[in-house]
Amino acid sequence: MLPEPFLRWFAERGWSPRAHQLDLLTSAQQGNSVLLIAPTGAGKTLAGFLPALTDLAIRPKRRPGEPKRGVHTLYISPLKALAVDIERNLGRPVDEMNLPITMETRTGDTPQHKRTRQKLSPPDILLTTPEQLALLIASPDADRFFNGLRYIVLDELHSLVTSKRGHLLSLGLARLRAYVPDLQAIGLSATVAKPDELRRWLVRQNPAGEMADLITVSGGARPEITILDSEERVPWSGHSARYAIPEVYDAIRRHQTTLLFVNTRSQAELLFQELWRVNDDNLPIALHHGSLDVGQRRKVEKAMADNVLRAVVATSTLDLGIDWGDVDLVVHVGAPKGASRLAQRIGRANHRMDEPSRAILVPANRFEVLECRAALEANYLGAQDTPPLIDGALDVLAQHVLGCACGAPFVADELYAEVTCAAPYAGLDRDSFDRVVDFVATGGYALRSYERYARIRKTKDGKWRVSNPRIAQQYRLNVGTIIEAPMLNVRYTRAKGKVGAGTAAALTLRGGPVLGKIEEYFVETLSVGDMFMFAGKVLRFEGIRENECYVSTGGAGNVLVPSYAGGKFPLSTYLADQVRGMLADPARWKALPEQVADWLRIQQEKSVLPRKEDLLIETFPRGERFYMVAYPFEGRLAHQTLGMLLTRRLERMGARPLGFVATDYSLAVWALGDLGAMFRAKEPSLGELFDEDMLGDDLEAWLADSWLLKRTFRNCAVIAGLIEKRFPGQEKSGRQVTVSADLIYDVLRSHEPDHILLKATRADAASGLLDVRRLAEMLSRIRGRIVHKMLDQISPLAVPVMLEIGKEPVNGEAHDSLLLEAADLIDEAMGSA
Amino acid sequence: MNIAARELTRAGCETIAVAGVRAACDWRGVVHFPELDLLVVSDLHLEKGSSHARRGRLIPPYDTAATLQRLAAVVDDYQPRTIVSLGDSFHDGEGAARLPEPFRDSLMAMMAGRSWFWISGNHDPDAPDDLPGETVEELAVAGLVFRHEPSKGHAEGEVAGHLHPCARIVQRGRSVRRRCFASDGMRLIMPAFGAFTGSLNVLDRAYRGMFREGAPTAYMIGTSRVYPIAGSLLRPG
Repeated sequence: MLPEPFLRWFAERGWSPRAHQLDLLTSAQQGNSVLLIAPTGAGKTLAGFLPALTDLAIRPKRRPGEPKRGVHTLYISPLKALAVDIERNLGRPVDEMNLPITMETRTGDTPQHKRTRQKLSPPDILLTTPEQLALLIASPDADRFFNGLRYIVLDELHSLVTSKRGHLLSLGLARLRAYVPDLQAIGLSATVAKPDELRRWLVRQNPAGEMADLITVSGGARPEITILDSEERVPWSGHSARYAIPEVYDAIRRHQTTLLFVNTRSQAELLFQELWRVNDDNLPIALHHGSLDVGQRRKVEKAMADNVLRAVVATSTLDLGIDWGDVDLVVHVGAPKGASRLAQRIGRANHRMDEPSRAILVPANRFEVLECRAALEANYLGAQDTPPLIDGALDVLAQHVLGCACGAPFVADELYAEVTCAAPYAGLDRDSFDRVVDFVATGGYALRSYERYARIRKTKDGKWRVSNPRIAQQYRLNVGTIIEAPMLNVRYTRAKGKVGAGTAAALTLRGGPVLGKIEEYFVETLSVGDMFMFAGKVLRFEGIRENECYVSTGGAGNVLVPSYAGGKFPLSTYLADQVRGMLADPARWKALPEQVADWLRIQQEKSVLPRKEDLLIETFPRGERFYMVAYPFEGRLAHQTLGMLLTRRLERMGARPLGFVATDYSLAVWALGDLGAMFRAKEPSLGELFDEDMLGDDLEAWLADSWLLKRTFRNCAVIAGLIEKRFPGQEKSGRQVTVSADLIYDVLRSHEPDHILLKATRADAASGLLDVRRLAEMLSRIRGRIVHKMLDQISPLAVPVMLEIGKEPVNGEAHDSLLLEAADLIDEAMGSA
Repeated sequence: MNIAARELTRAGCETIAVAGVRAACDWRGVVHFPELDLLVVSDLHLEKGSSHARRGRLIPPYDTAATLQRLAAVVDDYQPRTIVSLGDSFHDGEGAARLPEPFRDSLMAMMAGRSWFWISGNHDPDAPDDLPGETVEELAVAGLVFRHEPSKGHAEGEVAGHLHPCARIVQRGRSVRRRCFASDGMRLIMPAFGAFTGSLNVLDRAYRGMFREGAPTAYMIGTSRVYPIAGSLLRPG
């Protein structure tokens, strides 16, 4: 099965191919697509490429005069860095065996001349990203470029398929199969909850339900996971885990190299600062997150690979399978939010399958202790909770349809058949497809006034063509599905700005080095002189100019930590379920630290602990207000949506609600009306209040002007090609000439609420920022199972969420009341009202 | 500004003085001069949607309808003798020619029985096709000058548009940005009225040197009233 050079290569090293590597090769040689599920360190990469390498090794040499060959194998990875990494790792065996194989990367960083050359003279193996694949498909010679394609290798498939990037990739795969019907897909994945979903994803959708072959490599040695049993008091709330810093530092000292994972960039900044505060031994400890300058990140990665660092504080940017030297300890600060995520992060330690990974979980608060415990047990059981796959997004489809037209004219019937071969779009109805094509052509508006401006047109032969070469140009600039919040460069300034808030004109800032990028909306709340933490430093804000945020070295004072949108993963359904189970079963509290078990015991005395399937609702007065705390454990996003809907209802019912705050575990609502008494008198009953019908009209009405929906719409509009991406370097003074997505949303919603893009937006919001799907599941689960406990005072279980009040902004709506306050300041200052 | 003299003529209006002439800044985005019985609206940018569509950006074709609907409501409310459209009434030179018939009709209905001035703007330098009204570069009335682009320096009595002013404040750690009227009592810069018009912060350098004290007072437009915010409270960006 293995050609001679391979047998010799293995033999010379005293190795033998692993079983799964040979199994995969057999599957591939039988002409099948195949999914390989294996933990890190199992030799996944070599396995994935063996079919390609062996096939290329025995391929006859090209005879003179024979036309140039196209790409033989395409490798797709979610990270540019991973593609580069693979080129290095795969290059070695190819060189050592002296195989006649060319291999190149093509990413956003590849210079134009190299791309042009690659088009004319393609390498045998092309290593690239989903976005680059979309671009290749949209070029006029795509069919020729790909006609010799035999394999497509999809790395880190588990992380790709759950996003819109995965949708775009699935459509690209379907298109490739239109060029090359026999194309075989090889998926490489970490362990997932439902392998069959991925097996189906890899093949052309078919009525028989055929799937790719499956090869599973079971996990290596069982990881040694412990929860930090701190001498210190575990706090009620918060996410900093400051209490545990000395113990974490001690663990770093006792190990060779430690990877410290956190969930958000702000936590990363904080933890890094705190560690250096106690770093008496001056251990080399570094920081790595996605907002740092690329050069800085590469430096950290290199130092890591060279084993000169003792610890790195990192966010999910280090989740994926890049090889990082000899990590012998993983510390997870804060709860992991999902069992599979924890398993993948722990897998970063000790990149050898046969040795156990070591990991310490550091819960930041008491609920997180429960969550860590649940995650730990899940990991020992091998339980998986990767998120479910969702239907393909229509905005992504719109982008793809335009891309296809840029490549070659298409017939709608054929393209529909092709698109429904892609797993996420298997259930797409013809009407939606036609509406998407109509959207791409003329915007899809009921008022058909844009026919003469159509981007694509159906000609007499029944084929849709791009009407103008400029359209293809626009498409290329906007390809992709990753929409980042507007960011500003953080740049050191030499001269201090003498800038008052009102006089941007006096800005005399001169630029120094760039530290990274920061969200515009955070910077907008800063005043000159404010201190904030970024890139592991305390910085003083000096001013904004165009797309740059100028800073100088900060000093003492009240230091802010930027909070970042989107960095927070919601608690997985599986872990939520486990935590509820643990609360309900005192026998399991023995596994918890004494102080946490005590907390639960006191809760039992003072209030009650809900059974696993119940929803506990406590009401109590405090100060001048009445509080209601609910414990659904469905994650912050679903709780936020629930909070919005409940306050609307309570308002209507005359309870005069004032606000709410949501955590991953619970939700607190406060009002002027006596909520407890209202519920007891069944005016309304809690059953009515939590009725599923809130997801009907109330949701619609709230969505109407929700900033969350506007943000979702903006992303859809950019992906679908309705508005352009904002590129760095574009001046903000361009604002008055661009059309903002918010304005488009308002106009579209009032004039054509059924527009296809609004449909896409609502679908997105349901699974994304609003998590309506999860809320719906919860509401149906708790029907008839609500337990109301009326209390005289706050219960122990309610303390964590009550401590969040005032810390978290209630929500992002821009209130007129803030304007009123500011306007009143004038009246106050001027002595009249 | 004399706060005590501030009065609310209509709900949500803020009456100020521009070079001594009373002007009611209406939250719907227009200014009414009661003594002159004159209504000013700026930067309608009609047919902006179709203007973008011509270049392959197929944004919704409903902006003209939305803009005219809002305009009709204020015109109906004030019934002014004179209306000044302060330039950039159409998003491009052919905008008026592209105007669909029903919109032309509703515009004509608004114009009937009153004087209507089209001030020419940079987007629409010429008179609009097939529409009544008088097209002028600028208009001088009772010590006020109406023109599209604000002139440099302190221009007493000037009412202009073009810049699409907005203002931003930070209150309780939260940022609020709204379109606004910008005035220092001497001159007035109008917000853009069109449904698809963006905006530019009054602290941007484009406004440099235009106001007496650096930053103007921003009359920020809320959901049902205008909020006067002192220049010292405004934030750039």
